[in-house]
This record gives sequence, C-alpha cells and structure tokens, in this order.
Amino acid sequence: MIGELWESLTDALEGLGSVVHFLFRLVVNTPRVLLRFSLISQQIFNSGALSLIIIMLSGLFVGMVLGLQGFQLLQRFGSEEALGTAATIGLVKELGPVVTALLFAGRAGTALASELGLMRATDQLSAMEMMAVDPIQRVVVPRFLGGVIAMPLLAGIFSVIGIYGAQLVGVQIMGVDSGSFWSQMRSAVSLSDVTEGIVKSFVFGVACSLIAVYQGYYATPTAEGVGRATTTTVVTSAVVILFLDYLITAAFL
Amino acid sequence: MRKSRTLNLGTGSFVLLGFAALFFLTTQTTSHGLAVFGPAHYQVTAKFDNIGDLKVGAPVSMSGVEVGRVTKIDFDSNEYKAVVLLRLNERFNKIPTDSDASIYTQGLLGGKFIGLTAGGADTYLKDGSQIDFTQSAFVLESLIGQVLASFTKQKADEQAPARADPKATEKTK
Repeated sequence: MIGELWESLTDALEGLGSVVHFLFRLVVNTPRVLLRFSLISQQIFNSGALSLIIIMLSGLFVGMVLGLQGFQLLQRFGSEEALGTAATIGLVKELGPVVTALLFAGRAGTALASELGLMRATDQLSAMEMMAVDPIQRVVVPRFLGGVIAMPLLAGIFSVIGIYGAQLVGVQIMGVDSGSFWSQMRSAVSLSDVTEGIVKSFVFGVACSLIAVYQGYYATPTAEGVGRATTTTVVTSAVVILFLDYLITAAFL
Repeated sequence: MRKSRTLNLGTGSFVLLGFAALFFLTTQTTSHGLAVFGPAHYQVTAKFDNIGDLKVGAPVSMSGVEVGRVTKIDFDSNEYKAVVLLRLNERFNKIPTDSDASIYTQGLLGGKFIGLTAGGADTYLKDGSQIDFTQSAFVLESLIGQVLASFTKQKADEQAPARADPKATEKTK
C-alpha cells in the first residue's frame, strides 16, 4: 500500500522533471529556430488563425451573457452604468485569458498532440533523426513557439469581441447610456489590469503548448497511445490553466 | 508558392488583428490612453488638507469640461498636506493663477475628481506653478458622523422636556 503510494509519487515527480527538462531543451533550441521564421509563422497560422472563428464566436457570446447578467445584477443597485467596468474587468483579467486558453487547449492543443503523436507512431520522427535533422528543432519548437505567440493575441481578440458583445446587449438592447458605459470603464480600468491579462495569457500559452507538444512527442506509438495523449493534453491543460490562474491572480493582487 | 502566399497572408492578418486588439485594450479601455498619446500638456501642483479617496488618473474639470488628469499624489511631510500633480491640456492655457481647486464626487458613490473654478487674475497658470486656493474632499463618513451626532442630540433635547414635565404629556393624551 505504502509502496504503491510511494511509487505513484515518484512517478509524478519523474513526469514533472521530464516536462521541465523538455521545456529546457525547447528554450535552448529557440534561438536557432527563430532564424527560420517561416516555420514559426506557419504554426502561428495553424494554431492561431485557424482558432480565430471559435474564439471570436465564444467571445461574443461570453460578452453578451456578461452584459445581460451584469445588467440584471447592477440594476438592483441602480448603477447600470458600471456595466462597462464590470464586463471589461471580468473579460480582460479573467474570462479572456482563461476561456481562450481552455478553447485553445481543445482546438489547437489536441491538434498539436495528435499530429506529433502520429508522427511518432509512423516513425516520422525517427526518420528525421536518421537524416540528421533534429526533430525538436524542425518540428517541436516551431509548434511550441507558434502557440506561445498566438495565445496572447487570441486572448486580446477574445476580450475585445467580448466587450463589444457586452456593449451590444447593455447599450443597444438594455439601454444603458453609451457615454457613461465607456467613460466609467476608462476611469476604472487601469493599465495593470490589462497587463495582468496579457501576462496570464502568455503564461497559459507556454503551459498549453508545452503540455501539448510534450504529450505528443512522448506518446506511446500506437493508435491507443495517440488517443490517450490527446485526452491527457486537454485534461492536464485545463487543470494547469486554472491552477496557474489562481497563482497569477494572487501574485498581482 | 501560391499556397505559402495565402498562408503568410492569413498569418499576417491574424497577427495584425491580435495586436490591434491588444492596442485597443491598452489605450481605449484604460485611462492611460490619454497620457501616452495625449496632446501637449503642462503640469501644476495643488496642496490639499484631505484628498479623500482621490486616485491617480482622476479627471480635472472646469465647468464640467475635462481639461486634464491627476498624474501623481504625494505627501508633504513638512506641511502635512497632500500634494497633487495635475497634468493640464495645453489647449486650456488661460487658467488664472488665483483659480481654486476643489475635490468633488461623481454621483453619490462615484469616484473623486478635481474641479477648477476660474479666478480673476491677469496672469495664467503655467508649467510648474501652484494652485494656492484649495478645498478639501468632502468625506462622506465624517458627514454621516456629524448627522448622527446631531440626530442623537435632537432626540435628547426632545426627550429632556418630556421627562421634566410628565403632566404635559398626559394632557395631550
């Protein structure tokens, strides 16, 4: 019993250690990959531009729900004008980065993990090594960097569309005064709120992409192994995102 | 070649859109947009006994028109006063030197802002000058305290004659 517990604990520690080691390898290889920017730009397209539609649609609806709920709640206190502030702070600091990262893990993280896992299963990675091409440099690092660059941009787009959605419901439908919606927002939202959101989405970008490429690269080279790597990517990313979100929020407080 | 061209185009527009979004967030939703990309300005100081919860970034207005913002709040440990640095738009450069600055509240529970009322001097405020006539913030808590104190005093006054003359109350019954 105690032996099993000890074993699972050492397994978990070993997994964590190998993730950190993998991240170190990625960072060491980054400068050389930066010289071949076309590889990265292709991955920004794959994980960023292709996620744009789901991000924009989700952002619009999250913003509209915020507008509706915020209006209902604030109306009780007779301060509907604070809707702009409430929706913007909620979106920029929390919902934008977190929901974007969760969607990113589902849309782009799974794609990365299964792509790399399939490369592993069909021996493409070994073939590259045979041709003296480092698969880490040629395949893994561009995908990792693409995700890291795409995430803050996606989160920013999500927040802006969300604010537009809140404005749509609050101002156009519920009749909050447009001037006070924007001016109260401007006076209450500080630059540090926006910085916090950007820092969060950057950290989530590193975490999500790292988990996805790690799971894909070290996937068991079978059909089942690739499937498991994809599932693990989504589950681990979601938990890690929410955990890191708490840490960063506490650090910025 | 054709495929890589559309791919680059897609990536480019995505990155552009993303940075446009971040730019919007940093400049349009916060009060810092004006400070960074704002027009020419000059700075004046004002000393207050009590600034309440005035914050950096609060608007400075004159007749209800925003003419600048609060950029720094400091404490003068010699005079025991709050020193507020105001950044005023260069467009409003004809504010008399004997104008007075007061701290008002936006709405009932809104944030504080500084209102300037023009004086009658012929010289105008310029970079580095100081506004001498100031009026402190109206602190809601101290006002509530005063109102409560006057209420209890009033009650005591009402009860005191009633207790002194119990027959008078019986008569009214």
